[in-house]
Amino acid sequence: MSNMKLYWNETRFEFLKMLRMPVYSVSTVAYPLAFYIMFGLVLPTSRIKGAGMEQYLLGTYGAFAVISATVLSLGAGIAVERGLGWLAVKQASPMPPSAYLVAKTLVALLFSLIVLVILFGVGWFFGGVEMPLMNWLSAGGLLLLGSLPFTLLGIAIGMLAGPNSAGGIVNLIHLPLAFFSGLWLPIVMMPEKLQLFAHYLPYYHLGQIGLMGVGAHAQGTLSGHFGALTAFAVLFTGIILWAQRRNSERMYG
Amino acid sequence: MKTHAAVARLESATKTYGTVVALGGVSFELWRGEVLSLLGPNGAGKTTAIRLLLGLTEPSSGSAKLFGLAPRSRAARVRTGVMLQAGGVPATLRVAEHVELFSSYYENPMPVADTLAAAGLTGLEMRHFGELSGGQKQRVLFALAICGRPDLLFLDEPTVGLDPESRRAIWKQVRLLKAGGTSVLLTTHYLEEAEALSDRVLVIDGGSVLTEGTPAHIKEQAQSATLEDAFIKLTQREESF
Repeated sequence: MSNMKLYWNETRFEFLKMLRMPVYSVSTVAYPLAFYIMFGLVLPTSRIKGAGMEQYLLGTYGAFAVISATVLSLGAGIAVERGLGWLAVKQASPMPPSAYLVAKTLVALLFSLIVLVILFGVGWFFGGVEMPLMNWLSAGGLLLLGSLPFTLLGIAIGMLAGPNSAGGIVNLIHLPLAFFSGLWLPIVMMPEKLQLFAHYLPYYHLGQIGLMGVGAHAQGTLSGHFGALTAFAVLFTGIILWAQRRNSERMYG
Repeated sequence: MKTHAAVARLESATKTYGTVVALGGVSFELWRGEVLSLLGPNGAGKTTAIRLLLGLTEPSSGSAKLFGLAPRSRAARVRTGVMLQAGGVPATLRVAEHVELFSSYYENPMPVADTLAAAGLTGLEMRHFGELSGGQKQRVLFALAICGRPDLLFLDEPTVGLDPESRRAIWKQVRLLKAGGTSVLLTTHYLEEAEALSDRVLVIDGGSVLTEGTPAHIKEQAQSATLEDAFIKLTQREESF
């Protein structure tokens, strides 16, 4: 297939582009790790004593890490490339739009994998997380699978935000979503109304998937959470198509 | 029949944004091996016309075709090279990597080294895009436009910010491509450039075509010694005071 080379190049250069940006590659790893160390390891978590607290935090911070690696980079990166005209050059070229999507998705997956390995390593060495190998693997696998819809969220933000404000806007969306979805502090510590509200947030569902992966106590069912994320994927796709249409109708001289 | 050979064609194309008419029914064709310059003051509708032909936006009425095909189709795009004014180009990719990537979009691209040589980038292959001067960046964008041996080349302000030597080098490449049968649609504010390169010039203003013809014809029409003088005469707004 002659298109294989095209997809391979698109993915390879997308990866190199991100890897060579220390602002991205370092902060992608450092950001979730810092949160995990501060809130998951240093702050006494004895308020909720009991079996599996260490696993619990690894599950939710694992979700936070893969979403950060995906949404933060895509949102800001695409907003800049689109807002300053580069995306139009790509769109006018013979590049198939699917190559763009595949490359962004695979690179986000790869960075998610890297950050998960480091996070799990820290959890194992310093966080006192002890669980069967099977749980490590299922947590990693489920989190990576569940991170896929967030590629679409990142692209949607990138299609809507302005090139200068994107960095701020992304964080304004990302951080509150993480907090209210129970990715930093266990959702069960929140008031009941907020717990119910969390069901409408995509981050919450990946958090619960992470909890199931590590074998900690979670709400709902695995299929229910994946179902919810699929619905969000459809919603994000709709937003992208709408934004794409809106952007193509932007007026030029 | 010439009709069948049009490489690019706008037919009664209009584009409105809300109540603003950016393009009010513009028709023109670009023929094989022809260099056509689209001239007009800022806001005249040049960019809108280009965006329609590139399939970046749809006409409100009328049609835009490349090689008789929808501009968005891959069949049209693999025969087309595009140079637009663009920022936000990935700064951490090397010059050769940018060219290699775009080359892989096309069916029968030039070897990367040939593209780099044609764009005057030999020796800069390993530089990150972000480390280049403004003129060198322009040349990379030119390289991306020509790497696929296009039958149709869009050049939007290709020599803006270039020193005279680099500008002449681009002109030379455009003439070479034209000699090889490539059609070129050029937009530029350098009237000297339009005069030097174009077979035909189309002056648009206020969203419609004011006049079209060879540079010589247009100069004669406006009774001007240079294309620049003719352009200024043609696009002068009526003074209301």
